[in-house]
Amino acid sequence: MKIINPLIIVLVLVALAYFGVKAGLTALFGVVIPYIAIVIFLLGFIYKVIGWAKSPVPFRIPTTCGQEKSLPWIKQNKLDNPSSTLGVVIRMALEIFLFRSLFRNTKAEVYEGAKLKYGSNKWLWLGGIVFHWSFLIILVRHSRLFLEPIPGFITFLEKADSFMQVGVPLFYMTDAGILAAVTYLFLRRVVEPQIKYLSMPADYFPLYLILSIAITGVLMRYFIRVDVVNIKALARGLVTFQPTIPDGIGVLFYIHLFLVSVLAIYFPFSKLMHLGGVFLSPTRNLANNNRAVRHINPWNPDIKIRTYEEYEDEFREHMKKVGLPVDKE
Amino acid sequence: MYDAGKIITGLVIFVGIVTYPIWGSLGGSVNMPEPVVNKSGTCVESAEYMRANHMQILDEWRDSVVRDNDRVYTSQQYGTKFDKSLSTTGKTSCTSCHSNKEEFCDACHDYTAVAPYCWECHIEPKEEI
Repeated sequence: MKIINPLIIVLVLVALAYFGVKAGLTALFGVVIPYIAIVIFLLGFIYKVIGWAKSPVPFRIPTTCGQEKSLPWIKQNKLDNPSSTLGVVIRMALEIFLFRSLFRNTKAEVYEGAKLKYGSNKWLWLGGIVFHWSFLIILVRHSRLFLEPIPGFITFLEKADSFMQVGVPLFYMTDAGILAAVTYLFLRRVVEPQIKYLSMPADYFPLYLILSIAITGVLMRYFIRVDVVNIKALARGLVTFQPTIPDGIGVLFYIHLFLVSVLAIYFPFSKLMHLGGVFLSPTRNLANNNRAVRHINPWNPDIKIRTYEEYEDEFREHMKKVGLPVDKE
Repeated sequence: MYDAGKIITGLVIFVGIVTYPIWGSLGGSVNMPEPVVNKSGTCVESAEYMRANHMQILDEWRDSVVRDNDRVYTSQQYGTKFDKSLSTTGKTSCTSCHSNKEEFCDACHDYTAVAPYCWECHIEPKEEI
């Protein structure tokens, strides 16, 4: 059920766009929903990040994987246990661009009855990195449909991505990358019993949604072709606030656009927010300087401290009367 | 809010990048290109079909001419026969009607950042002086 239901939702969304556009609601699916989607995406994103920023992190809690900075003759592992901002920045960059912590992923396996064996498992890292980089490159590439004139680095990215010069229009490597990677990430959740047990509809839904977006995009480029000039005119109309709905754009485009809009609306309220969350992970973005720097708990109550001197000043005469010793005469 | 300076800077950068197409196009317009055909009449297929599929037709033509010496294309919509030729001088070819590369091909290709490699082998049609 938890595998099938999200698929049904995505299929319903596809049907919604298909019949909606067939019924002539092109302005709704081509202009109104994309505008709503981008506004919800941005406001939701900011709301979420501000919400996280309001949570105090009273103590440094980085996950450390190496020797902490200690005595000068003990070698510190500066990358896995950073004590400075520079170390944290390098650690975060490796995490964000190369998924370094996922690269250390291990697999536990039981063999010969009762023996437990740990091994390296790089497949999830490979699937993850192919997926994320493909998605990013595809996303950046799409800006050719929004920008006029088109900046040089986008044309360069296009050239690099279609470097193989296979077919016409040129085949993009990232298209194959994202389809293969999402398929792997999906099969992994279905085939491996432990991961299947852990997986929730919130895991399957984005996979189905992204897979549908990729499939409709690939179909439009290589199989059921659509008129790209009209699509760019529509996209330009959106970004210049002069919305136009050119005639003769295939229904496939509206399905693609609607699914992307749904993804954008869903994004801030889902697990996909790890896009923003990775930057705010206290287990990654803090230097391990608990011993070197005093960290004060921000919710400590403001305690009024009374020193012995103040106490003695108040009661000095009484103390003298009963013969108690005092510091000051 | 903790680390407000860093977080707000990050958010501003993020929103700036996401909305770049909007503020980068301020004062811009749709700029829909209008490719110029130098001779009226019908193409090998309907205009809508050609707009979406011309690259595939050209690709198939190239392969069938070079590999199978099959030089005649029969229009699926009109039934008329055409030479499978992009730019042969003296015969009917694509460039007989679409003779100005800048005003025809490049109008849309530049608009959508498409850089086909036709003219790496073929000679570009030159306007008669």
